[in-house]
Amino acid sequence: MTFLDYAKAPESTKILSLRDSYGLFIGGEFVDGHGSSFATISPATEETITHVAEATAHDVDLAVHSARSAYAKTWSKLSGSERGKYLFRIARLIQERSRELAVAETLDNGKPIRETRDVDIPLVAAWFFYYAGWADKLEYAGLGPNPQALGVAGQIIPWNFPLLMLAWKIAPALAAGNTVVLKPAETTPLTALLFAEICQQADLPAGVVNIVTGAGTTGAALVSHPDVNKIAFTGSTGVGRGIAKLLAGGTTNVTLELGGKGANIIFDDAAIDQAIEGIISGIFFNQGHVCCAGSRLLVQENIHDEVIQRLQSRLQTLRLGDPLDKNTDIGAVNSKAQLERIQAITDSGDAEGATRWSMACEIPTKGFWFPPTVFTDVQTSHRIARDEIFGPVLSVLTFRTPDEAVQKANNTPYGLSAGIWTEKASRMLAIADQLRAGVIWANTFNKFDPASPFGGYKESGYGREGGRHGLAGYLHSDSAKGGGR
Amino acid sequence: MASTTPVVQQTPRAHTVLGGAVTEKALHTFLDGLPGVDVVGAEARAAGFNSRSIKNESKAWGLDTIVRMVDLTTLEGADTLGKVGSLAKKAIMPDPTDPGAPHVAAVCVYGDMVEATIEALGDWHLSRRPDGIAVAAVATAFPSGRASLPVKLLDTQYAVAQGADEIDMVIDRGAFLSGKLGVVFDQIVQIKEACVRPDGSYAHLKVILETGELATLDNVRRASWLAILAGADFIKTSTGKVQPAATLPVTVTMLEVIRDWHVLTGEKIGMKPAGGIRASKDALRYLVAVAETVGEEWLTPDLFRFGASSLLNDVVLQRQKMRTGHYSGPDYVTVD
Amino acid sequence: MSARIVVPKTYKLFIGGKFPRSESGYTYEVLGVKGQFLANAAKASRKDVRDAVVAARSAQPGFAGATAYLRGQILYRVAEVLEGRRNQFVAEIRASEGVSESAAEKQVDRAIDTWVWYAGFADKYAQVAGNGNPVSGPFFNLSTPEPTGVVVTIAPQGEKGESLLGLCAVLATILASGNSVVALAHQHQPLSAISLAEVLATSDVPGGVVNIVTGDPAELMPWLASHQDVNALDLAGAASLDWVSFEELAAETLKRVLHPVEGIPGFSLERITAFTETKTVWHTKAMG
Repeated sequence: MTFLDYAKAPESTKILSLRDSYGLFIGGEFVDGHGSSFATISPATEETITHVAEATAHDVDLAVHSARSAYAKTWSKLSGSERGKYLFRIARLIQERSRELAVAETLDNGKPIRETRDVDIPLVAAWFFYYAGWADKLEYAGLGPNPQALGVAGQIIPWNFPLLMLAWKIAPALAAGNTVVLKPAETTPLTALLFAEICQQADLPAGVVNIVTGAGTTGAALVSHPDVNKIAFTGSTGVGRGIAKLLAGGTTNVTLELGGKGANIIFDDAAIDQAIEGIISGIFFNQGHVCCAGSRLLVQENIHDEVIQRLQSRLQTLRLGDPLDKNTDIGAVNSKAQLERIQAITDSGDAEGATRWSMACEIPTKGFWFPPTVFTDVQTSHRIARDEIFGPVLSVLTFRTPDEAVQKANNTPYGLSAGIWTEKASRMLAIADQLRAGVIWANTFNKFDPASPFGGYKESGYGREGGRHGLAGYLHSDSAKGGGR
Repeated sequence: MASTTPVVQQTPRAHTVLGGAVTEKALHTFLDGLPGVDVVGAEARAAGFNSRSIKNESKAWGLDTIVRMVDLTTLEGADTLGKVGSLAKKAIMPDPTDPGAPHVAAVCVYGDMVEATIEALGDWHLSRRPDGIAVAAVATAFPSGRASLPVKLLDTQYAVAQGADEIDMVIDRGAFLSGKLGVVFDQIVQIKEACVRPDGSYAHLKVILETGELATLDNVRRASWLAILAGADFIKTSTGKVQPAATLPVTVTMLEVIRDWHVLTGEKIGMKPAGGIRASKDALRYLVAVAETVGEEWLTPDLFRFGASSLLNDVVLQRQKMRTGHYSGPDYVTVD
Repeated sequence: MSARIVVPKTYKLFIGGKFPRSESGYTYEVLGVKGQFLANAAKASRKDVRDAVVAARSAQPGFAGATAYLRGQILYRVAEVLEGRRNQFVAEIRASEGVSESAAEKQVDRAIDTWVWYAGFADKYAQVAGNGNPVSGPFFNLSTPEPTGVVVTIAPQGEKGESLLGLCAVLATILASGNSVVALAHQHQPLSAISLAEVLATSDVPGGVVNIVTGDPAELMPWLASHQDVNALDLAGAASLDWVSFEELAAETLKRVLHPVEGIPGFSLERITAFTETKTVWHTKAMG
């Protein structure tokens, strides 16, 4: 055994006290759904964690009713300060139960405990703290002296950061005075259900938050429900496109946070060791299941070989394995379906002539795993350069001049994120000006903060989450009822 | 204006990267052209090492290794023969409850205490057995380095003549910060020469950068390269007399230079963080940083040392806990 | 059946996170509304306030350097701890001001809510009061508000309803942006101020960030107004004093001065930004 084998350091799941099955959270209570139930499994072991209900259209209707009633009778009658106090309570409860939530998230999603413990859950608490303070200060949001809530918001979130995406949706919606019906992803419902328990502990008025578990049909029922004033969706561009079409011409306010193919641009004068870390956190953090991942490396041609060599050396120190082990860096792929998608696209990379390199590691026999992979000799026309893979796969392209870097970075229908690595600040600022991306990280990557607006250009969606700008999606500035786009 | 006059002496290493003559200008061009260090990113990487969890067999091996890597140190004006004698005994048997515990790498003292230390080590000194304990002497007007070069050379020669196996020198930080890189280079080359013994062997040279005074990680990177080019066997963070002393981001920056030098030339340079590492938990993180930055081959006293005094007792306490299963206390380790 | 012999609290100054008596040894009697003896409060001297300014200056860089999120958390914690101790404050207010229980409860409620309001603005006001500037030229240009440094404040001194709430209103405003403060408490009803200091001392507020002195504002203010290491004066409660002379003294070092207000200042973004400086940074932008 070498020192780097670091004996197992597993975080215990004893902290969890889960039920064998969960109903839907409607009107402040857990109630049985009218449909079937399905299992949620650990993607690392394929073992069942618990069973959740598949909400039918009727269930969705009940949830929306509950949200509407809570809005009309309770939530809209509270002052902003009072709403804020509920959100502060929720933030504190999340802090208090943070270890439990981190373990549950790791179990259900497959991402390493170090990430849920050190990144996801602290950000969840911070998001609620941040928006709690806006609830009674809406006149400062830049939307006029008396902005109004939209009413009932339907919110659909993905599986990559389950509780964090829930926080990004619920915190601003409630701060602005809306009530919500939220559908977590079908492979990661667990922390949303624990969040429902937290709402009960916080004594949140019944119906302000409703959680309906389910898959595509549940989501479709929510999106097309006539009594929802706002739809907020985070997920694939394909589904987002469908939602935009469905709601075209209507009065439902829509914000979409969709896919990306972020360019991470490394100049020859970059702080090279930190740039390597930035490449790695850009695409291998969260197993690459990140809409804003730096999935395209645009490296200045004169340092290409050195960067690849340093990157490969550094990647060999990463550990892939049990997500509950505190030393694991790379966890499991969230589902079999996702693993198959990653395999299909990377196979196309081989077929189209790119050169594949994968980190050498032991792959566990059970569960869904994909080792960190780097493709070099990538052309801009390759599928692996254009399509979002949503896995730990980096496609490397080169550039010669700053203008060429910008051109290649922008040459995509997506526009969510980009990274710039250079020690020359004037160049960094000029390039940031020209990049068509909603989030630009300079000399860092994948940094999130509730005070910092996040969202995309072009087919990465519209609307912003986080910061003062994040309130705009949940308010309108004139006193007339009904939403708009 | 950086001069183009060659400095006192070429070194083979300097020739490798500079090609032609080693001049002030050539040193500036090379060192100023090195990639910068982004401090936020460097600190984040160091924090990543902090969150590694080391348990059981890894921890036991780690603790023993730390003991083996300690340069047990006393560098006080009030040092006496009695003090260094007591320290030497502790170096041989760090844990009074476990004679099977490993001994430390070296005892580190001022030059005028070398003779007494060697005597106190007796059969355990490196001269009597190959797996023995070395005596390291600080020299060159430690800790400030503010003395004339002849004085610093004499300081070194004296310690070597007294029998020191290793010399821990300080660089001239004033010269470095005012851009006189050739002066810093020259001094290291000459001190290295002063380490020669009558039989032609050399005392092993550690070069202390005093990173707390260099202030920026960019400077730490440059000074590390400079020390290696001038002939250092080891590069060392600090004298321990200035705050901040060793930190994990500084150590990682220095290890990265050692890694890059190894990739370039195949040669392995050693590293020693000194001062401010008091807890076993911290020392274990340094081992992680070494393993993940330069590789496990560096996890040996030949290539990595801890400059410490109180660290040893904390490691001994942790070893006791792992052996007995319950928490220990200060009555079970020795005052040195 | 005899009543229990109570252990009356000693009321001292709050400086540098500690509770010293006045270096002068002086105290003054605090009487209730019926003229009954309540306590001997420390009578701060000019040396005490001098020490308070030193403590405030020393603590300010660390507090300003903390994240705005952390400052918000600290102010929220003050609210939590105050909420937990509400009965003590209600009792002190009733004894000092002679008001009814419901009036005292309302004052405590509003005091807690004040901390919550400002806690929630600590990491936001910069987004409202700062912005990028679209200058004409290839330059990045950003304006951000930063805390001004050490602020001296006189808490509202009204006869009823202000002994706790007034101090909370001025303190929370000044702290939200990362300033440190030397506060002169309500002169004749100082008990709540020192009890509030106990709350602050147990709420993760770093020592020296808030310093509270009891005593005679008319005697102390000239020393503070002319002190060259004080950056701003908040004369909220100074209406009945010779406050114009304080402003004249302050003019020597161009301190920022806020004039007295009537009653309790309301929740206000302007009162936060009054104690900030706007810094504007330029940087070139070029592709080459």
